[in-house]
Amino acid sequence: MASWPILSITTFLPILGVLWISALQGDDEHTRRNARWAALWTTLVTFAVSLVLVWRFDPASPEFQFEEKTSWLGGFSTYHMGVDGISLPFVILTTGLMPLCIIASWEVIQTRVKEYMIAFLALETLMVGTFSALDLVLFYLFFEGGLIPMFLIIGVWGGPRRVYASFKFFLYTLLGSVLMLLAIMAMYWQANTTDIPALMKYAFPQGMQTWLWLAFFASFAVKMPMWPVHTWLPDAHVEAPTAGSVILAAILLKMGGYGFLRFSVPMFPHASMDLAPLIFTLSVVAVIYTSLVALVQEDMKKLIAYSSVAHMGFVTMGIFALTAQGVAGGIFQMISHGIVSAALFLCVGVVYDRMHTREIAAYGGLVNNMPLYAVVFMVFTLANVGLPGTSGFIGEFLALIGTFRVNIPVATLATVGVILSACYALWLYRKVIFGVLEKPALVALRDLGRREILVFAPLVILTILFGVYPKPVLDMSAASVAQLLENYQAAVGPKKAAMDVSRPPLTVAK
Amino acid sequence: MYQAIVFLPLLGCIVAALISIAGARARHPGADPAPGAEDHATDLGPHTGGGAPSPHGDHAVIHHATHEDHPVAPPAAGSRAAELVTTLFLFVATVLSWMAFYRVGFGHQDSREVLLAWIYSADLKVDWGIRVDTLTAVMLVVVTTVSAFVHLYSIGYMEEDPHRPRFFSYLSLFTFAMLMLVTADNLVQLFFGWEGVGLASYLLIGFWYHKPEANAAAIKAFVVNRVGDFGFALGIFAVFMMTGAVDLDTVFAQAPSLTAKTIDFFGWHADAMTLICLLLFMGAMGKSAQFLLHTWLPDAMEGPTPVSALIHAATMVTAGVFMVARLSPLFELAPNAQAFVTLVGATTAFFAATVGLVQNDIKRVVAYSTCSQLGYMFVAMGVGAYSVGMFHLFTHAFFKALLFLGSGSVIHAMHHEQDMRKMGGLRDKLPVTYVCMLIGTLALTGFPLTAGYYSKDAIIEAAAAGHNPFAGYAFAMTVIAALLTSFYSWRLVFMTFHGKPADKHAHEHAHESPWVILIPLIFLSAGSIFAGLPFKELFAGEKVAEFFRESLKFGPDNHILHDMHGLHWSIPYIPTVMMAIGFLVAWQFYIRRPDIPASLARTQEPLYRFLLNKWYFDELYDLIFVRPALWLGRVLWKGGDGRIIDGLGPDGVSARVLDVTRSVVRLQTGYLYHYAFAMLIGIAGLITWFMFAGSH
Repeated sequence: MASWPILSITTFLPILGVLWISALQGDDEHTRRNARWAALWTTLVTFAVSLVLVWRFDPASPEFQFEEKTSWLGGFSTYHMGVDGISLPFVILTTGLMPLCIIASWEVIQTRVKEYMIAFLALETLMVGTFSALDLVLFYLFFEGGLIPMFLIIGVWGGPRRVYASFKFFLYTLLGSVLMLLAIMAMYWQANTTDIPALMKYAFPQGMQTWLWLAFFASFAVKMPMWPVHTWLPDAHVEAPTAGSVILAAILLKMGGYGFLRFSVPMFPHASMDLAPLIFTLSVVAVIYTSLVALVQEDMKKLIAYSSVAHMGFVTMGIFALTAQGVAGGIFQMISHGIVSAALFLCVGVVYDRMHTREIAAYGGLVNNMPLYAVVFMVFTLANVGLPGTSGFIGEFLALIGTFRVNIPVATLATVGVILSACYALWLYRKVIFGVLEKPALVALRDLGRREILVFAPLVILTILFGVYPKPVLDMSAASVAQLLENYQAAVGPKKAAMDVSRPPLTVAK
Repeated sequence: MYQAIVFLPLLGCIVAALISIAGARARHPGADPAPGAEDHATDLGPHTGGGAPSPHGDHAVIHHATHEDHPVAPPAAGSRAAELVTTLFLFVATVLSWMAFYRVGFGHQDSREVLLAWIYSADLKVDWGIRVDTLTAVMLVVVTTVSAFVHLYSIGYMEEDPHRPRFFSYLSLFTFAMLMLVTADNLVQLFFGWEGVGLASYLLIGFWYHKPEANAAAIKAFVVNRVGDFGFALGIFAVFMMTGAVDLDTVFAQAPSLTAKTIDFFGWHADAMTLICLLLFMGAMGKSAQFLLHTWLPDAMEGPTPVSALIHAATMVTAGVFMVARLSPLFELAPNAQAFVTLVGATTAFFAATVGLVQNDIKRVVAYSTCSQLGYMFVAMGVGAYSVGMFHLFTHAFFKALLFLGSGSVIHAMHHEQDMRKMGGLRDKLPVTYVCMLIGTLALTGFPLTAGYYSKDAIIEAAAAGHNPFAGYAFAMTVIAALLTSFYSWRLVFMTFHGKPADKHAHEHAHESPWVILIPLIFLSAGSIFAGLPFKELFAGEKVAEFFRESLKFGPDNHILHDMHGLHWSIPYIPTVMMAIGFLVAWQFYIRRPDIPASLARTQEPLYRFLLNKWYFDELYDLIFVRPALWLGRVLWKGGDGRIIDGLGPDGVSARVLDVTRSVVRLQTGYLYHYAFAMLIGIAGLITWFMFAGSH
């Protein structure tokens, strides 16, 4: 078993599903049904295989594991795959959410079912590939390629303003990826390799680091998305079908954070240190600005999208605090947000499927006829406000405590976001769920069906489990995070010799 | 044993929650395509299990005014089971708690156990644990006892409500969170309990979710508490930054070495201990509804009355007091923070009492009284008399829960009327409730030999003996507040039980509550009398050091408990005199000359308005926080995101690009092709570049 290329199997299994579905003929109900089942089975098997990765992963080792390396593209680049403690959680998050997305789209998607399923399966391959590629060219292909199916999902199965949304999406990402492409070329020029582990050990000249860092930043900041390049996200979310929003919020946004951890910090440590204040500023602005904007939203999905931007602010802040808790918090927050925001978009999907509107004012009093839905929505609302005992708390707490050690004003201002998140999340819940059921259109709504329960159950369990016992996730990445920081310290050591992470840096004797 | 105390309520909560969900599910089956709504009901039948068929349906006849727009649904199956299970578990936990109290307080067997690893990240280590020392044991007793009686009381009080399993589930959830809070061995678990009780409070205030006021009050409570928690969280961060730990023992051991350190906080070179204590105290101000962060507490009265008794009188709101006591090793090192605590406590004691004078809603009077009494406790904490503050917390839990439950009994009798102006003369109709309320009032006003007499007078004495800059102010405020307390408490009794019935019809239909309601009242009445004298020595006398041992820290210069005995002879009599004056004035105003209050309100119109509107805090906060936040949100959204970012960014650019593509290229492409094309060119360029570069 050990000799099997498990990582490649996980990555490319969905392509097998794509072939299978493409082979189906016709467009009758029967074909659609087959396409759904084929997609579901593919994602389930992929998930099962990815669990082998968890099982055989050695969390004590900070090195890349399950490595595969083959010469490719005439020798200047290699097909190099591998995961460490930072990327594995994202791989599992991806494979775990895919079956839920397929189930959630089961009845909603009735047009072009085959194509829809193919787009999702292709997307899965590209996303898993992004997180496990250990070669720049390979990474770039997966990273950029993933946008095409997403583009299609929004553009074909999206809402009325889908063209505008996908165009915005296109403009932003194009800008970022062109700059990243230039940076990749410059890196090859300089280091003469595209191998990521090798580049992580390579010391780029300090002047060059800044430019490379900024070029990668352009791409990752758009993905995160960070303020002020976030405005594509609310539109994309609003127009995307439910499962598209889920993947967008849960996984595609995480590629930005993952990119910072995989490229920016280890490869350009000096630039990371010098430009951390920039990230801090943008993060704090994101947290407060987008939380305030979320307060006045009238569309459920937009509100959650803005709340996503605010939560991603905690992630970038935590990562660039470059303390053990900050980075661990950033990673945990991404995983937790992957679960919680996915679930919140699914919650919106539940009522959208029934009512075909996302307008908050169109709802009210749903607790009266959808009690189970109210319970589920409550759990995720609380996780979204970061209540201790839910996974949302752990990430925010770690990111903030890690940041506080290095920059008190930033951590303090970001903590204000914790108050604001309670305001908008509970307000949304109140408007949709509580109150008297007086709108006639709502009276006939029925509670969650069995399929919906099936989708929500694992998410509810994980949200609470990781809130009470986050150790599995934290342990998985602990060694890799420690090594990341060690290398960072070693690289910037001379510059900040006086600072030591284990000692409070801002303590001055009177 | 301690695990049983903490986790029995959780178990009860889960059982009741399952019954509640199963019941709701049976009434509202899911949207499955199958024809089987009936199918479902039978599917879920077994879940409702355990529950004997409810013998309850026929009781649910009368429904309150607030419910009128709401059809009275039959109680869910298994309601009785949910009630019995949660209540039984709570009584078991209560018995165990008293055993723990005895064992720890007198047997001196402190206990500390780790249950499970929670957050481990490099040098940050947080465990789930249970720490039981005397301070915890006192809280265990208070929490479980009051909670058990409130559970029992709720069986009677909530009998008309179709959502009883949900109610009991919330009550038990609250109890669990509160127990996690008081048994916390580190600051993060304390924070867990802290926010957990906040959640339960939110859920219970908003229990009647069809009432808009209840929903607004619930959110307000959560958000205002979050403001306090903002400070609490920053305090935890600062503690971790300075000590590298969050568990109490390490933090306490390190604390003395921090006294000379400073933290640069927004350019202010703050003394580390002072800053930490002030930040943590901000959390306490939120949770205990202290001046400036008090606005949520009166609104929280929208919740069912048993909730007010349990959460907003006896337990949750005292969490702030408990926190200061728990962190006394830190506060002892931060005299400036202590002075601030005294200032806030004294101001609250006075402020809330003034507002209580003119309120007409029976529950709001008691709520402001709670707020005021919490101020007393903080005065004690501020001057360093931690055990005395805990003493008042202990006695207050009994008589304030009694007053709330008594008010609840009145409200129940009056069919959910809360306005005291519509009551009056209920003495004959509700004899047991009347006597219980009298006892509660005597204890609250500090009538000699009742529980409140010992604890409240001790606080006033401690304020008189205190050495910090605000001790004198605190003494003056608490004495005045004692007078006001006595007045508004007797006003409540006279308006409710004496005089002529204001509403003849309601008066005729008023009925004494059933025994399941009266029994808790009687027990709490006993507590209100006997919680004072027998415990006086332990909390405020010679035995404090032996009883509390290390759980409370008195610094080497803190002789407050000793100094309290060396006061001028007249000081201990002052509160009693104040109480008597308050009683006489209330008697004059509401029994002998009932016309005085109205004419006073007329002649002192501005003052009356000022008090009636609670010093206009709600209006002020709305003006300086709520509106600007919403305004800013709208400006940032439409202006910032819409006009500036999108206008200059994508929309502007896209307009140009579209122009170009339309007029020049006229390709029949979708954006996808643009994108794929751009990417292909990129990859081609990349490969070319590599080939070229590689050939060097």
